[in-house]
Amino acid sequence: MSQRTVVVASRVGLHARPASLFTQAVASSGARVTIAKPGQPAMDASSILMVMALGIGNGEEVVLESEDDGVLDQLVTLLETDLDAE
Amino acid sequence: MSTRSTILQGVGVGRGAVWGPVATVRPAPVVPADEPVPADRAAAKEKVLAAFSAVAAGLRAQAQGASATVADVLKATAQMADDPALREQTGQRIDKGEAPMHALVAVVDSFAVMFTAAGGYLAERVTDLNSVRDRVVARYQELPEPGVPPLPWPSIIVATDLSPADTAALDLDKVLGIVIEQGGPTGHTAIIAGQLGLPCVVRATGASSLVDSDIIAIDAAHGTVTLDPDEATRAAVETRRAGLATLAEAIEDGATADGHRIALLANIGTAQDAERLTDAAVEGVGLFRTEVLFLGAATAPSEDEQAAVYTRALNAMGGRKVVLRTLDAGADKPLAFVTQAGEENPALGVRGFRLVRHAEGLLRTQLGAIARAAKESGGTPWVMAPMIATVDEARQFAAMAREAGIETVGVMVEVPAAALRARDILAEVDFVSLGTNDLAQYTMAADRLLGSLVDLLDAWQPAVLDLVAATAVAGIEVGKPVGVCGESASDPIMALLLTGLGITSLSMSPAAVPAVRFALSRHTLQTCRDIGEAARKAPTAADARAAALALVDPQVREVLALD
Repeated sequence: MSQRTVVVASRVGLHARPASLFTQAVASSGARVTIAKPGQPAMDASSILMVMALGIGNGEEVVLESEDDGVLDQLVTLLETDLDAE
Repeated sequence: MSTRSTILQGVGVGRGAVWGPVATVRPAPVVPADEPVPADRAAAKEKVLAAFSAVAAGLRAQAQGASATVADVLKATAQMADDPALREQTGQRIDKGEAPMHALVAVVDSFAVMFTAAGGYLAERVTDLNSVRDRVVARYQELPEPGVPPLPWPSIIVATDLSPADTAALDLDKVLGIVIEQGGPTGHTAIIAGQLGLPCVVRATGASSLVDSDIIAIDAAHGTVTLDPDEATRAAVETRRAGLATLAEAIEDGATADGHRIALLANIGTAQDAERLTDAAVEGVGLFRTEVLFLGAATAPSEDEQAAVYTRALNAMGGRKVVLRTLDAGADKPLAFVTQAGEENPALGVRGFRLVRHAEGLLRTQLGAIARAAKESGGTPWVMAPMIATVDEARQFAAMAREAGIETVGVMVEVPAAALRARDILAEVDFVSLGTNDLAQYTMAADRLLGSLVDLLDAWQPAVLDLVAATAVAGIEVGKPVGVCGESASDPIMALLLTGLGITSLSMSPAAVPAVRFALSRHTLQTCRDIGEAARKAPTAADARAAALALVDPQVREVLALD
């Protein structure tokens, strides 16, 4: 199991369009990925409801976990992008 | 089928007419309290999961044909219906022996509680969650999907009633008109339809018997809904549509035939509404209902958010007059974060300016946001408070508004107490604006949401006319503007009467402006005064209107279908 810690770049945080794009990317990867705030329980990263419920704001750290390093790297890149700006 | 009458009578909103196919809006399904636990849990779970997928697929298909904004909402809702956590948790509960629909409702509610607690954007998504729940429940019970159906072609929306959320979800490019069986002519569906210029008939008894394959003609001027209209009816509808379209091309400022000026203004609810008016022939906005910004929100919008919206609206109007009304919540417009629970008579309760009694910060934030928007846009908005009953309240509001940096301050006159003491109220503020819908409600002690009391809510009621006249006279005496921003300003005959009484501006749904402009331009100020005098002598609402109508130019009567 690999782990990555990443700072969310989207201005609105992980809500709305950024949350939608992120969870869709997880779902389409086919890998099992979890997301958590540091030190808190991990949630299914493909669930937009769970991801939004975490209430992650701009500039906050999140911890991603998966068996698949390639998928993790892609997701880290995604979260480091301001998804609102696109 | 044969028992259905061909013509349904209701109450029209506006004077438009249109014919086309019916699209019915279905109510939300009900989960039976005694829903049985299925013998075959695995099969029940499969069926629920299939319902989730079908709902998501349906929403995505609907998004294909929708405009960009609506498509985004539909796709986001589809993603919720497909959500793995929602599916998994519902499945687990069914595995444990819960009845399937109860399991679904429990899971959705647990998310709704979490989202509501988080507030802001998340709390607003609760409506979407509930819509997913209703759709899945309907699908599971093999009922048609609830809510506004996808519109493959331009249609007339037929419903028992429409919630503000339903109205917002309408794909306006494909809505020809609206017919609702409940509601009233001053209810919010009617107001929104009026604003969008859609022909609308409310209180159309029997409308729920209409089905999707029906062809109907609606005539808002006469409040009728005709099933299977014949060629002559269709032709008449087309003629009226064309005639009204011609009036809509006139762009001159409001004035009587002899040049007495009456500002013709628009009622709006959002910055987008203001943007639609950028090229419209109106002299400004006479009523910006700012509560639309607050409706459906779980927490109050911040000063920043509000200032951005007001700035947009002021910029869109580019220097034209804009009158903002501060938050008018309560009564028929409850807000999660301010409305007090347990009021027995919310229309007589803590609403409008009265909210200042326990939520003063809300008003201060709003006034601050308006003052900032004025600076940022370079505009000079007029600001008024709703539901003022006393001179003390008017003074308190004026002080708060001026402290925030607002230059032109006014109040609404919609409580009889304020109309009767309009001169004293006008001493505290720069202008007043009559809200005739609420003024009628409070004068006649008749709930404006009760369609069955529509006759009492008539702005032609002599007592209501007396209060309007008293307010107008006070304005003339002190030389301050007295506008009307209730729906009565959109009635061309009433507009003539109001002009005759000395009202200085008329604010209405933008769609109503052309007919009022036309009527004013065909009558002198003296005729308007004669109309006022004749109507005010009449002892009943019907007599007052008839007396006024008798003095209206015959050509105007014909073009505007006034009878």
